[in-house]
Parts: sequence; structure tokens; C-alpha cells
Amino acid sequence: MFDDKTETKTMNMIEAIRDAHDVMMERDSNVVVFGEDVGYFGGVFRCTAGLQEKYGKSRAFDTPISENGIVGAAVGMAAYGLRPCVEVQFADYMFPAYDQITQEAARLRFRSKGQFTAPMTIRMPTGGGIFGGMTHSQSPEALFTHVAGLKTVIPCTPYDAKGLLISAIEDDDPVIFLEPKRLYNGPFDGHHDRPVVPWSKHPAGEVPVGYYNIPLGKAATIREGSDVTVLAYGTMRFVAEVAAEETGVDAEILDLRTLLPLDLEAIEQSVRKTGRCVIIHEATRTSGFGAELLSIVQESCFYHLEAPVMRVTGWDTPYPHAQEWEYFPGPKRVGEALKKVMEAA
Amino acid sequence: MNDNKNDYAPLALHVPEPPYRPGDTPDFSDFEIPAAGEVPMPPVDAPLAELSYLSHDIIRVLDDKGKAQGTWVKNIDDELLDKGLRAMMRTRAFDDRMQKAQRQGKTSFYMQCTGEEAIATAQRMALLDTDMHFPTYRQQGLLFAQDWPVDKMMNQIYSNVEDDLEGLQLPVLYSFKEAGYFTVSGNLATQYIQAVGWGMASAIKGDTNIAAAWIGDGATAEGDFHAAMVFAGVYQAPVILNVVDNRWAISTYHDIAGAGTATFAQRASGYGLAALRVDGNDWLAAYAASRWAAERARRGHGATFIEWVTYRAGAHSTSDDPSKYRPKEEHEAWPLGDPIDRLKKHLIVKKLWSEERHTQAEAQYADEMRSEAEKAEANGTLHQYDRPRPSSKSVFENVYKEMPEHLRRQRQEMGV
Repeated sequence: MFDDKTETKTMNMIEAIRDAHDVMMERDSNVVVFGEDVGYFGGVFRCTAGLQEKYGKSRAFDTPISENGIVGAAVGMAAYGLRPCVEVQFADYMFPAYDQITQEAARLRFRSKGQFTAPMTIRMPTGGGIFGGMTHSQSPEALFTHVAGLKTVIPCTPYDAKGLLISAIEDDDPVIFLEPKRLYNGPFDGHHDRPVVPWSKHPAGEVPVGYYNIPLGKAATIREGSDVTVLAYGTMRFVAEVAAEETGVDAEILDLRTLLPLDLEAIEQSVRKTGRCVIIHEATRTSGFGAELLSIVQESCFYHLEAPVMRVTGWDTPYPHAQEWEYFPGPKRVGEALKKVMEAA
Repeated sequence: MNDNKNDYAPLALHVPEPPYRPGDTPDFSDFEIPAAGEVPMPPVDAPLAELSYLSHDIIRVLDDKGKAQGTWVKNIDDELLDKGLRAMMRTRAFDDRMQKAQRQGKTSFYMQCTGEEAIATAQRMALLDTDMHFPTYRQQGLLFAQDWPVDKMMNQIYSNVEDDLEGLQLPVLYSFKEAGYFTVSGNLATQYIQAVGWGMASAIKGDTNIAAAWIGDGATAEGDFHAAMVFAGVYQAPVILNVVDNRWAISTYHDIAGAGTATFAQRASGYGLAALRVDGNDWLAAYAASRWAAERARRGHGATFIEWVTYRAGAHSTSDDPSKYRPKEEHEAWPLGDPIDRLKKHLIVKKLWSEERHTQAEAQYADEMRSEAEKAEANGTLHQYDRPRPSSKSVFENVYKEMPEHLRRQRQEMGV
């Protein structure tokens, strides 16, 4: 990560994301930031707080409530030579912009043979755990990973969030940057009945001051183990950790961090080593990103496998409100999968 | 108001209908057309409240005798008029040749702009090389207005080995950055808000470049159109928002998008935009209105919406047969005439042109396009599999700046 001499500051994920904006706006005058409530107020989650005051209204500003407008305008600005980093207030609100994201931003380089490009980042809070109901809890990552020309990133710590967001803004292709909103204030492990743990109690809450980056397309091995590989990202990384602890299964946990381009080598190496694999995500199961991961594991690691690969995911239903914890794939369900995959021949 | 439900007759859904269908005799005598010169030109810094008359009248310059009237055009350069006429003639000659090529099976698809040549050629000549157009598939006139190499367009249409886009994109969805011609999307209206974003970027950077957005009447019903209008009004973006109302979106009459109760320009007024309605078959009016809008944008007075009143003389595309939904005679009956004929007449009145020269020029451009097409066809056409074809590798290139591992593996799987 970084050595002892690096100056760091304790940050939650919101502060780390805000800091990444600040660093990049300072370094590159082409970086502009906009979205609903993003300017004067600094965003409903405060991820852009203070940017307008520091960089002025033409570089950090409020927009009309129009996701297709926000993304469409960003495509035009990116084609001009700016590097927009825009916020869609909740991932659930991105659907009006889906055409602009998938058929415009994602294809500008391809359809013009590189004459026009869309170096832009679209941030959006994702996932549940905050009683947001069916319109503030969805995890639409598979709707982006299915699209040629997009990169899809999902950090789960302040340290990763800052380094990955800086890389996303510097990237010359459009990047979807999903922020697990339940992790904004602490590393939530799915035990909703226990006291909230703040980021100040977690090593990844120590964030270097100033510029650094984490390359896109690289997974992180969170825990080395020999029994089973757990492929996780977003909120599920902490659920996986606690489930391994509670079951005593020696799991090797990979936080994928970037879903596309995917770190194929890290996945293949780990599964070939452990011979077992559990894939977990919060999104619905059918045609979810787990299905893709499972196919990759099956195609490239079949002869190393000692048990069927299992998925633990959200149910194939809309995200319910009062039943949040029955829906959320918590430590109990993940733990059961770990045990089951170990019991198999 | 009545609380008794039984007092109300059953409701019926209103579905707008065009006035004429195949078999009817079209008659546009009740179509209100102001006389040329009747609508005065305001200063570019006039307050919005003083511009409202422009959204329901029609700005016209050329009268029936070929004379320029009114305040919109003063001291126009003779050379510019000549260039405008030639650009329109070459556009039409190109369209004729490519329409034939499609019929001969040399490409999958073509789209003409017959009857609408004045709008794009005039606007391109009214703007600067550093401005950016976000065209639809029917603004090829933007390219002829700057003498863009015809072979580049034809090679793209034929998807051959010389195509700059390496056969990846549908015919006529060109991308010519150097020509200020943004990559054309096959999806309607998406580029409208992008143009507004491009203009906003110019303002953010403190430059003086402006963008021109293009859309047809039908696609104004899309959400991206609304987003563009809102953003352009809110941020006073340096943009020209063109709506080419050619009355037909494939088979759909423009009232299905516009309701027919207000002009498109009147809708634009509601967004806080300056909105003009212009005779799109009048090259002088098209040039003058574009100049006015460009000047207004470049001086920081914000976006101008222009509704171009015109008629789609040809089919929507080579896949369309308009005789199935509108009278064949409708184009002839359309009262605003043909843009080439009208500018030709003006040049003849000014003694800059003659019928003989016109006939000669027509023959010259037909020859030019025939010989250019032959040259382009020598590079191959779409269905010729026994000749060199665009590279298969190119399918995997430019998806991302750098090819990720999964695409590298898939390219290997394709065997290239």
C-alpha cells in the first residue's frame, strides 16, 4: 500500500471521494464536476462538498434533475476536451441516462475510430443496507459490465475509493464508478444488529494526502487462504471476511475492485490453488455479474474444481423495504455457502 | 363541473392525422406564409421578450421573383451566393449517385436530403471552421459547403478498405472531426444534448467556439431533446438548436410529435430560448438566420432555436416508400418551392448566373459524382467478398484506448 513515511489522514469513504475530486481538480483544469445538488450544497452524500467554493461555479455546479441531460452534456464536454466527473444521485436513477451511457459514451471512440472520445467518470451510489427501498438500493453493475466500451469500478474502502477514483478520472475511456453507499461511513459486515464501526477503526481508513492512484483492472487479495476462493466486491467484501472468521473456513477473499476490465489472472490463479469457489454479490442473481464470474471459473478452472461453484446473491425480486435483512446476503447465508462448498466431495 | 358522472359523454382519443393521404389532392392554400422581408431582424442582444414574434412567423428573404427583401440580408457577397448554389447542386448530384449505387446493390443503405439542401449548406457557411456540428444523417450539406473530399464520403458509404471508419459504422453515419462534423449516432436526439454539453465546455474554458445541434421534427419527442432544451436555457449555452421540420418522420406526420397546436419554435420559447421560424427552402434566409444565431451565441447571449420549415422531398431512406402514406403530388404542391430553383432564380436576377450555366453545372456535377463513384468502387463495395475488405482486427480496436485482456483473448478466438 504505502510506506511509513507517507503522510496520511483518517477519512471515511465520503471524505476520500471528495479528496480525490479535489486532487484532480487541482491538477487538471479540464476536470469538471456536476450533478443534482452537487454544487453549492456539495451533494446529498456530501461527496463534492466545498468544491464549488474552491474551484468556482463553472467547474462544480448544480444541474437540472435530468440524468440523460447530465450524462449527455458530459459526453459533449468530453468530446470537447474536458474530463467530466459527474454524479448520478443514486444508481437507481441512472436509467434515463442508460442510452447516453451505453450507446453514446461507450461507443464514441469505436464509432469514430478514435476521432472523438469520452474520457468521463459517472459516479453513482449503489447497493442497499440503508432502508432505501426498491429505488435507492439497487446494484446495477451487470447492466454496465454487459456493455462494450465501459469500465466498471466498485471500491469498498476509503483508501481504494480515492485511488480508484483518481484513476477513473485520469482514464481516457468512460468509467462507471459505483460507490457502495452502506460503506460510506464504515466497513459494514452485514451484522446490522451490532454497533456501527467507523472507518477510523479500520486500516483502510488511513488515506494518503495528495495524489496517488490504484490501477483499474486489478483485484486485491483481502485474505489469503487455502480452502476456497471467495469472489466479492462492494459491501460483500466485509461480509465475506466476517463469514470466514465465523465459520473457520480458510477462505481466500478477492475484492475484485474493477469488474471490467476484470483481473482474470488473479481469479484463475486463486481458484486453481483452492479448488473451490463461492461468488457473492448483492445484486439479483439471474444474469447477474456472478453468472459471468461463474462462467469464467468454469471455463478456465474446471479441472481444478473439487466442488460445484456457489453463488450467494440478492433474490430475484425488487429490493424490499421492511424486509431489508432478509434480502441482503448477510454473513449467515455466506457462511452457509462456505460450509456447503467445503462439505462437497 | 358536474358531480354526476352520467352527464359526461364517453371520451375519445384524439390521434392527429395529416391533411392528405395517398389519393387525396393536396392543397396548401390555407398555409400561412408571410411575404418575403415581412419579418424584421432584431439586434442579437435584444431581450427575449422582444423576440416572441419570431417563433410563429416565418423569416423569408427571397420573394417569388427571386429578389432579396427585408432587413435580414444586407450586402451579401456574390461569391458566397455562387458557392452556396454550387454546394446545394453538388449535394443533390451526390445524393442521386449514391441512391443509384444503393439500388445497384453496392451498399446497404442511403439517405438523401433532397429539398433540404439549403439549410445545412447555408448554416455551415455561416459558422466558423472551429465550431462543431452534431448532425443527423440528413446534414450532408455541411460537408459540401466546405468542399469536403467526396471520396472520403463514398468510401464510407461503400464500407471499403479506404473507409476511415474501417467498415464499422453504417453508411452515411460519418465522422469527420476536421470538418467540424461530429460522429453521427444512429439513435435519434442523443446528439442534441451532447451539442449543448460541447457548447457549455467552450464557455467553461472561456473559448468562443459554438456548437450546432441538429434534429428532425419527429425526434423532438425524445427525452434527450427536452434535456437539451432545459440545459441550453438554464446555462445559456453557446449553441444553435436546429429542428428541421420536413413534415415527415418516416411515415409519421409532424403533428404526431408536435400536436399541431403550436409551432416547434413556440415550444422553444417556453424553455427561455430565443426561437426563430425560418423558410428552410430559402438559402438567403437560412444563411442570415444562422449568422444571427451564431453571432448571438458567440457574443454570449445564449442559445437560439431555429425551426426550419421545409419538406422532405424524397423518401426517408432507401428502405422507405412514401407513396404508401402520402400523396405523390404533395411535394409539388408544397408552397415553399425548391431551394436550388429559388437561389438559382436570385442569381439569374442578379445577372450572376444563367439557365445555360445551370444546365452545364448540373452535367458537370453529375459527371464528377459518376467518376468519383467509379474510383471509390475500385476500392471495393459492401458485398464484394472476393476483394480486399476492411480488417477483421479493427472490430476489437478502439473499443477501449488499450485492449483489455478479455478482448485480446476474443480476438485470438476469432483467429486474427
